[in-house]
Amino acid sequence: MSMAAEGAASAAAGVAGKPAGPDPWLPRLGRIVSRRRDSRDAWTLEIREQIPQSASFRPGQFNMLTAFGIGEVPISLSGDPAAMDRLIHTIRPVGPVSTALAQMRPGAAIGLRGPFGSGWPLRQAVGGDVLVVAGGLGLAPLRPVLYALLAGRERYGRITLLYGSRSPDDVLFHREIVSWSRRQRIEVHVTVDHAASGWDGHVGVVTTLVPRAQCEPQRTVALVCGPEVMMRLTVAALHAHGIPHEAIYLSMERNMKCALGLCGRCQLQSVLVCRDGPVFRYDRVRGLFAHKEL
Amino acid sequence: MTGAKPAPAQFLARADLQRLLEALRARGYRVMGPVPRDGAVVFDEVRSVDELPRGLREAQEPGRYRLEPNGRDTVFDVVNGPGSLKPYVFAPREKLLQVEPEGRSFRAQELHPDAPKLAVIGVRACDLAALSVQDRIFLEGRYPDSYYAARRRQLFLVAVNCTRSASTCFCVSMATGPEATQGFDLALTEQEWGFLVRAGSALGREVQQALPLTPAPEAALARERTSLETCAATMQRKLETADLPEVLYRNLEHPRWHDVGSRCLSCGNCTMVCPTCFCHDEKDEPLLGEPDEAGVRSVRVREWDSCFNREHAQVYGLNYRPKIEDRYRQWLVHKLASWIDQFGTSGCVGCGRCITWCPVGIDLTEEMRALREPGA
Repeated sequence: MSMAAEGAASAAAGVAGKPAGPDPWLPRLGRIVSRRRDSRDAWTLEIREQIPQSASFRPGQFNMLTAFGIGEVPISLSGDPAAMDRLIHTIRPVGPVSTALAQMRPGAAIGLRGPFGSGWPLRQAVGGDVLVVAGGLGLAPLRPVLYALLAGRERYGRITLLYGSRSPDDVLFHREIVSWSRRQRIEVHVTVDHAASGWDGHVGVVTTLVPRAQCEPQRTVALVCGPEVMMRLTVAALHAHGIPHEAIYLSMERNMKCALGLCGRCQLQSVLVCRDGPVFRYDRVRGLFAHKEL
Repeated sequence: MTGAKPAPAQFLARADLQRLLEALRARGYRVMGPVPRDGAVVFDEVRSVDELPRGLREAQEPGRYRLEPNGRDTVFDVVNGPGSLKPYVFAPREKLLQVEPEGRSFRAQELHPDAPKLAVIGVRACDLAALSVQDRIFLEGRYPDSYYAARRRQLFLVAVNCTRSASTCFCVSMATGPEATQGFDLALTEQEWGFLVRAGSALGREVQQALPLTPAPEAALARERTSLETCAATMQRKLETADLPEVLYRNLEHPRWHDVGSRCLSCGNCTMVCPTCFCHDEKDEPLLGEPDEAGVRSVRVREWDSCFNREHAQVYGLNYRPKIEDRYRQWLVHKLASWIDQFGTSGCVGCGRCITWCPVGIDLTEEMRALREPGA
């Protein structure tokens, strides 16, 4: 219909027409290229898009993945941002959609929208030390930043990964962690909550590793992802270690349905996690940690 | 307020109101207006002015709504009912996508609504303010919602200025009423012999020209001014806004949350009648049986959700707001405080619907007063 026929009550409000480009509601099509088990209960899918995208993602961002006919869920990108022709997602099957996604075999069709959200602050980390602290599956959204840090290794000081996992069988990306550690480009400390026979590493929660981090606290950027309680305790430990709150970044989780800032499901007080996050500088969300059940 | 100053008022005789409905229908509009139904006034299609709530007014109290005769020949004396403009732009339930199998893959297709031209008569200033709040959310963010936009641009809005308020109204506190000053195509003020009419848009002027109008008498304009001022001055409920949003952020652990949480049923009525609440759920619904003619096997549906639903803050294996008091706090803090941080405007327009339609009569203006008192 023509503009002339439109009520000015709507025209005055600056009603946008159909946005240029594809509708952000519409999933793109992709196919599973490979599927591998990366821990006791996490699978990593490699996806190739039917029409490859021209832009890469920023480490820390997520996609909305659709198992057609079942549903859509937000899943972090866990692969190398430099490898643009394949998208990597690491999934733990917990609900019907993530279970369907984690079971997808090579050749299966998958829907995707994204990438969405804020990324880890790579630029702020240049010239200083980087401390990456991951709990459980929280390592998945942090792996792209480790790839990016390694790709520009000379730009950063010491890089440390502290990783806490429930048990040895839950350790994600085991071979890669060993290889990063061996080549000593990253200092790696892994701990498990509960040891099993054959485990001769550290036992305890991830915060107990913080004093081992060889970094200069005043010139360190800390990147933290894991369950909320783990992040709360980690921030306290990092702060006690001398890392200022403004240098600590977290990736928050809430129930996202649209990823477009429209559905309101990922409200976290003054922010919408999909629109303003998921990566936040700690001092922007610190008030939220002071209250339960926000 | 925004926009050009409305044109000078003209006068439409009471007997000619039907001409407005016909002028809109002649331009292809389906005309909606306030009609009494099941003991309340709701928006529905009106073909004749006889369907409007003639000689009725409503009594609203927390948890109570009754229509009663007003002993006069009015049609717009009922301030509001549970319905607002919201469902006309943000559908309570709509299909976003359909998915059909295609070889070893799928085809997903948008299902943009067939949005007919819709005129709504009897829209109040608070409803217009609420629509502009929804516009900010659905149209002015990074990802404008094409489904909302398709309906929004088809609206023709006929506002009615409020010359009386319900006991639950507090639009003066929220600076949204009682006079409609923006966002309408036509605005009416009802008086004994007819209506003062102002156009707020080019299309409004076009419709105005189709009506048998006469210049508004000075006395009628003076009476209008007095009635609007009286309506504002006699509004019973008030909400202090000067210390928002901080006063709520400071009181997140106030004992009143537990108190209101013990009264709240978590039914979600307040969010359903709220003209700005926008939370929604999305889900894929598989269609059982063989593919239909189009080969459609599932649809992605979105429908109104409420932060009072348990599932709203549920992620798998964890609920961020398990208790009713958590959810009431989320609703009120969002509505009056964090909405401002998220969208640059309050989420409350002072229409009072959440007070009237709460089955246990929880009144947010009262809750705010209690939250400002030191906790016991």
